[in-house]
Amino acid sequence: MGGIHPGENKLSAGQKIITSTLPSTVTIPLAQSLGMPSSSVVAKGDEVKVGTLIARSTGFVSANIHSPFSGKVLKVDDVYDSSGYRRPSIFIEVSGDDWESTIDRSEELNREIKLTSSEIIKRIADAGIVGLGGATFPTHVKINPPADIKAHTLLINGVECEPYLTADHQLMLEKPHQILVGIEILMKATGVNKAVVAIENNKPDAVDVMRKAAESFTGIEVISLKVKYPQGSEKQLIEAVTGKRVKSGDLPVSVGVLVQNVATSYAVYEAVQKNKPLIDRLVTVTGHAVVRPINVLTRIGTPFGLLIEMAGGDLSQTGKIISGGPMMGKAVVSPDIAVTKGCSGILVLPYLESRRRSMRNCIRCAKCVSVCPMGLEPYLLGRLGEIQDWQSLEKECVMDCIECGSCSFTCPSNRPLVDYIRLGKSRVGTIMRNRK
Amino acid sequence: MEYKLIVSSSPHVHSGDSVSRNMYAVILALMPASIASIWFFGLGALGVTATSVLACIIFEYLIQRFILKEQNSVYDGSALLTGLLLAFNLPSNLPLWIVVIGAFVSIAIAKMSFGGLGNNLFNPALVGRVFLLISFPAQMTTWPVSLAGNRFQTVDVMTGATHLSSLKLNQADGLEYLDLLLGKMGGSLGEVSAIALFCGFIFLLFRRVITWHIPVSIFASVVLFSLLLGANPLAHLFSGGLMLGAIFMATDYVTSPMTPKGMLVYGFLIGLITMIIRLFGAYPEGVSFAILLMNGVTPLINSYCKPKRFGREVNHV
Amino acid sequence: MSIVLLSIILLSLLGAISAVILNFVAKKFYVVEDERIDIVESLLPAANCGGCGFPGCRGFAEECVKADTLENLICTAGGADTMRNVALALGKESFTSTPMVAVVRCNGIPQYRKKTNEYDGAASCAVSSALYSGHSACAQGCLGLGDCVFVCKFDAIHINKETSLPEVNEEKCTACGACAKACPKSIIEMRKKGPRSRRIYVRCINKDKAPLARKACDVACISCGKCQKACEFNAITIAGNVACIDPHLCRLCRKCNDVCPTSAIVEVNFPQKRESITE
Repeated sequence: MGGIHPGENKLSAGQKIITSTLPSTVTIPLAQSLGMPSSSVVAKGDEVKVGTLIARSTGFVSANIHSPFSGKVLKVDDVYDSSGYRRPSIFIEVSGDDWESTIDRSEELNREIKLTSSEIIKRIADAGIVGLGGATFPTHVKINPPADIKAHTLLINGVECEPYLTADHQLMLEKPHQILVGIEILMKATGVNKAVVAIENNKPDAVDVMRKAAESFTGIEVISLKVKYPQGSEKQLIEAVTGKRVKSGDLPVSVGVLVQNVATSYAVYEAVQKNKPLIDRLVTVTGHAVVRPINVLTRIGTPFGLLIEMAGGDLSQTGKIISGGPMMGKAVVSPDIAVTKGCSGILVLPYLESRRRSMRNCIRCAKCVSVCPMGLEPYLLGRLGEIQDWQSLEKECVMDCIECGSCSFTCPSNRPLVDYIRLGKSRVGTIMRNRK
Repeated sequence: MEYKLIVSSSPHVHSGDSVSRNMYAVILALMPASIASIWFFGLGALGVTATSVLACIIFEYLIQRFILKEQNSVYDGSALLTGLLLAFNLPSNLPLWIVVIGAFVSIAIAKMSFGGLGNNLFNPALVGRVFLLISFPAQMTTWPVSLAGNRFQTVDVMTGATHLSSLKLNQADGLEYLDLLLGKMGGSLGEVSAIALFCGFIFLLFRRVITWHIPVSIFASVVLFSLLLGANPLAHLFSGGLMLGAIFMATDYVTSPMTPKGMLVYGFLIGLITMIIRLFGAYPEGVSFAILLMNGVTPLINSYCKPKRFGREVNHV
Repeated sequence: MSIVLLSIILLSLLGAISAVILNFVAKKFYVVEDERIDIVESLLPAANCGGCGFPGCRGFAEECVKADTLENLICTAGGADTMRNVALALGKESFTSTPMVAVVRCNGIPQYRKKTNEYDGAASCAVSSALYSGHSACAQGCLGLGDCVFVCKFDAIHINKETSLPEVNEEKCTACGACAKACPKSIIEMRKKGPRSRRIYVRCINKDKAPLARKACDVACISCGKCQKACEFNAITIAGNVACIDPHLCRLCRKCNDVCPTSAIVEVNFPQKRESITE
């Protein structure tokens, strides 16, 4: 249903994974997952190594945070995050690169899964793994659904439908076996014996590599999907692969499918087989304002500015710096912010590509209706948001919107539909919460 | 470092589509029909077309500059398109001063007084056409016959009945289906050549300016009701303003429904009303009235024909 | 019978039947209302602004008629004159209400408060505020996109093109409160207009700690406390890193204004002092 074909702009395709340099001081935000922010367990002056637990999960939906660097804790204080608000973070002065001795740093593939199902879930929880596709939902919660819901298929999201981003693609090319072992671990943890890896057909090399590697695994199938945005969105992906539609308000696992990103599967492999907590991730640094688009393995907490410099970005020619992809990513207020667990890409747009064109009246062309993947009417939701009619917004199912941006992308009048829909969702959400 | 980042909500890229791109695509799609009109009706067709287009553009410019005092938008092509579509609804021998009045009604009354592009309730070109039809019935219904040979005639064209009026009066006029398709018949400028209009339709579908729903549902409805009511479906499809109306007038963005379901209902009812007027009403042609009536019903259709929501049984909370 | 006669008879009959039906319906479904409600409603300004807290002027009129006393019923748009007329019409006691006015508690013009980024989204304060902290380092400062202007029914507030801040027209403002409700940063407050329209207030609501507030804006309130110490009437409270002047206790002596190091306190409608301090 709906969907668009934005220009792919995969400038960094094929760029081999490189490792980022270590910064000198870092800030590690305490809110890096959906749900409750974590609470710090270190204080000023504490020495930490790579992998030391520095913040603990604080609720059912929350995750641990481990130090990505070795050094000394300077303080726990507020610092600006990507949205310009000040949020609590742990300040660390980096010295050296000492790792916790419990972490296995060897490169060889560890194929044998020694832990039991519940031990796996506990290890994933301890390692602070969250969904690395961008949603940052704590993985240990997701793979442990309520007892009355049973999953029968594990769906691995290798779609990477956002333009510009290539981190997942490169990961599949370079570490296919590790990803597949991670998938096997997840299958064991969830008691599922069927897994499907979905990759869009604009990545034929990844499809080949993964398919070949999957031959030595049982129960894992690799399929190639037609390219369409936003096929990587959970509900849309489930429909594309299984034909089933998740009911509004239900968990995707209610149709028996559990979705995990390929990068999350890799992180699961590292956590379970190498005892390595989530302290780094692959980030694509790209855009026409950088000279060398790269796929970089970077530690959480690395400042955006350092990575942009690595890619040869000229900040004086930059209009927007986006955390994520161009369709759903967040334009940040400064390059001095830290990479978090959910940051899959840094898109540096030149000034000329950064300004919106001027807006006109809605000409009622209905193109937004035809591209909406959730069957909504964006022109109407935008208008209702403008006049602040929260009641009608709720009735028109505004809460179903996944904010994929297809409507604003398509609108010939350049209307800021997602802007108003976001406002509508936040107000209607508040009204609905206050009702309970 | 004195640079300032730009911040806005996502998405941060745009397809590049614009209002003018869509308008000019429709204008391009109308070019085959325009050429056909000059071929069949001579320089009179060119005169009416040019007058209508110029008058529409000038009226819109003047109103925006001097009365509304707002940003000028004639460059977006919508006034040009209205002028073209209005011309296509007129006979080639219509006195030019009447054409200018029609342009005034289309732009000033049917479009600008409602609030400009996006806010009009009724199709501006059709409002202009119907206004002229009712105000100048004689001039608006003396149709020149197709020249197909003597196309440099402007005045002294021979006039006669259109195929539709022959159908109404149950007269034989010796026209073959091929004539209807190509356009060798009497009628208004744009309505005669079904093939030229159909080429435009394919072009618009290909460029994704319109979807198939409205034209196809109108054609299907006309065929259905002509069969049910004992008329010749092909003759009704290819004569009169049906092709022009179904492809270019009923699909006008502003006045047509916003959802596929709504578009099918809209097209179905336009076909029905057209056939009722053609077969049982006083006028030989019903497309303009049918479309205008359904324009009025469009807001209602929009309220009730909601798209299927993903993951919901009912289309509202 | 000629067609003309027939038409006349038929139409007259139709008219007569309609008249009977309409008359019957009007009588049967007549809503009995206190006729005083209509009288009161005609005295009101018919702005339907909601400033009184009731649904429209008719709602307020009903409440006036119903209530025992007019003490807490104030028509902000009509003002004291309107309430006096209503009191007279109803034969109830009239109360004087303190005239209020909208006050914008932000002075972050571009010279004082540097822009740290450029906002290019939908031109609405609510949208910008829901998206991120704003175009300056002060997360509570005015965004200048005009949601307050959009809701004002009295043409009393406008965004100054040079300063990008809203300015209230005292004459037109009826203190209905619409702008205050519309502002997502809660910068606008309803305050006593004051004697001779004079008032003093702290033109800042920034709740950040002093160094941060000062870095973001030159005229921020840094909650240094000097104003509180200087005030002999205990009118100033400092809470959440910002000072607040209580309009009921303030005697307009302007001592706080003299000592404020960042000029966050402003005085309105006072004559120029001998040594003038920049506003």
